[in-house]
Amino acid sequence: MSVFGDALASASAMLAAGDATLAEITLLSLRVSASATLVGALLGLPLGAWAALTRWRGRQAVIVMLNAAMGLPPVVVGLVVYLLLSRSGPLGSLAWLFTPAGMILAQAVLIFPIIAALTRQTIEDVHAPLAEWLTSLGVTTTQRVMTLLYEARFSLAVVMLAGFGRAIAEVGAVMVVGGNIAGSTRVMTTTIALETSKGDLPLALALGMLLLALVLLVSGVAQALKRWLESRYV
Amino acid sequence: MSDVAKLLDLVGVSVKRDGATLLANVSLAVSHGERLVVLGANGAGKSTLLKVANGVLVTDAGQISAPPRARQAHVLQRPAVLARSVVDNVRFVLSLRGCAEPERSARARWMLSMCDLESHQHRHAQTLSGGERQRLALACAWASEPDLLFADEPTANLAPSSAAAIERLLLHLHEAGCTLVMTTHNVAQARRMATRIVFLDSGRVVEDRSAADFFSCPVSLAARAYLDGERL
Ligand SMILES: Nc1ncnc2c1ncn2[C@@H]1O[C@H](COP(=O)(O)OP(=O)(O)OP(=O)(O)O)[C@@H](O)[C@H]1O
Ligand SMILES: [Mg+2]
Repeated sequence: MSVFGDALASASAMLAAGDATLAEITLLSLRVSASATLVGALLGLPLGAWAALTRWRGRQAVIVMLNAAMGLPPVVVGLVVYLLLSRSGPLGSLAWLFTPAGMILAQAVLIFPIIAALTRQTIEDVHAPLAEWLTSLGVTTTQRVMTLLYEARFSLAVVMLAGFGRAIAEVGAVMVVGGNIAGSTRVMTTTIALETSKGDLPLALALGMLLLALVLLVSGVAQALKRWLESRYV
Repeated sequence: MSDVAKLLDLVGVSVKRDGATLLANVSLAVSHGERLVVLGANGAGKSTLLKVANGVLVTDAGQISAPPRARQAHVLQRPAVLARSVVDNVRFVLSLRGCAEPERSARARWMLSMCDLESHQHRHAQTLSGGERQRLALACAWASEPDLLFADEPTANLAPSSAAAIERLLLHLHEAGCTLVMTTHNVAQARRMATRIVFLDSGRVVEDRSAADFFSCPVSLAARAYLDGERL
């Protein structure tokens, strides 16, 4: 119990002091995970919509693989991306290892299947009652995809939040690819892991509380945005 | 009936699903300016016929020639609406047909006022009642300015006064040059609307005659039974 009390006290102390290191770590966490969500969405939304609306050989296998890949262990993704980015790896020339860019890549790989798989199911469900009408209107495939992405916008926003949540909460991928270097690749989760191993439990717990508050804030903003958009109907 | 006047032509069309035959060797030509009403019991294949003719369902056999997609419109039996405002649903169809702003919004509002939906235009379309949704579907179909309109039980959920308004709208469209293919279970409506009747029984065309002939003396047992049901 006293650990939680200490953690709360030190969390509020750090926040009140406007700790520069803490701000830096928090901002990097946000930047890396938001960018990874953006990249994952840019790839996952079209792929998911395409898999929902087209029929081809091997589609079922791709769907099973995407669904299964939602459970990829972050540390394994980190390891694979590490090998890709290492100097002798195929992407070594990018020199992204131990940089935020490499961390974004690793998290994007991690959450891309989540966004693609959930988008596929969402778009299929939204499409079913509209399919015949859209066909009778003679829409092109692109028009159909754009219409359905817009139809499902609120559900897809939640899908993206799920991706963001997974990214900002994971530690394995950013640890392996980023290296947890102070001042350059240290993010909230890797700091928590480090402080825990050093035995500074109150500090680790304080960071954990901040992390939760951050995720809560993002989801609250998304919900407020949704309420505002819906309030435009009379 | 010359080939030129044929707007829609189905030749030997069959549709099968899961081993069941939904349409069996249906041949049907519709000329410009007709008002064709398809009658038949529940499950006879009326909706299926409208959907294959409109190209929404694919056939298993037979040929169909029809005007280009953009010149046809279809009010489905269970109309779908998009998750946006009522007026934005109509604007969506207008934008597909290449109608630009500000004309798009002006025409959408006019269509809605003709379908008596003006006061609902900013509501979310998914909150409309069954009858309001049906009128929105008709407004959307009308927005395409079709040469050929398929209307599948367009007044099924409507109160008598709204049904009469829809009938007037359909006749108005017809006068403007739109050929009409519709279904109904309202025999009185069929009498008012049809120039020609096609009667379906288990996916087969058993009667295809002028409305006057059909109602004065239906020849098939199925059609007689259907009309007798009305009298009970
Ligand atoms: N995809 C499908 N698979 C199997 N059977 C189907 C399918 N679609 C329709 N049917 C069946 O085909 C038959 C004809 O259906 P259809 O909707 O054309 O009837 P309908 O004449 O429009 O009936 P109603 O008056 O009830 O609207 C029905 O028995 C229906 O259950
Ligand atoms: Mg039907």
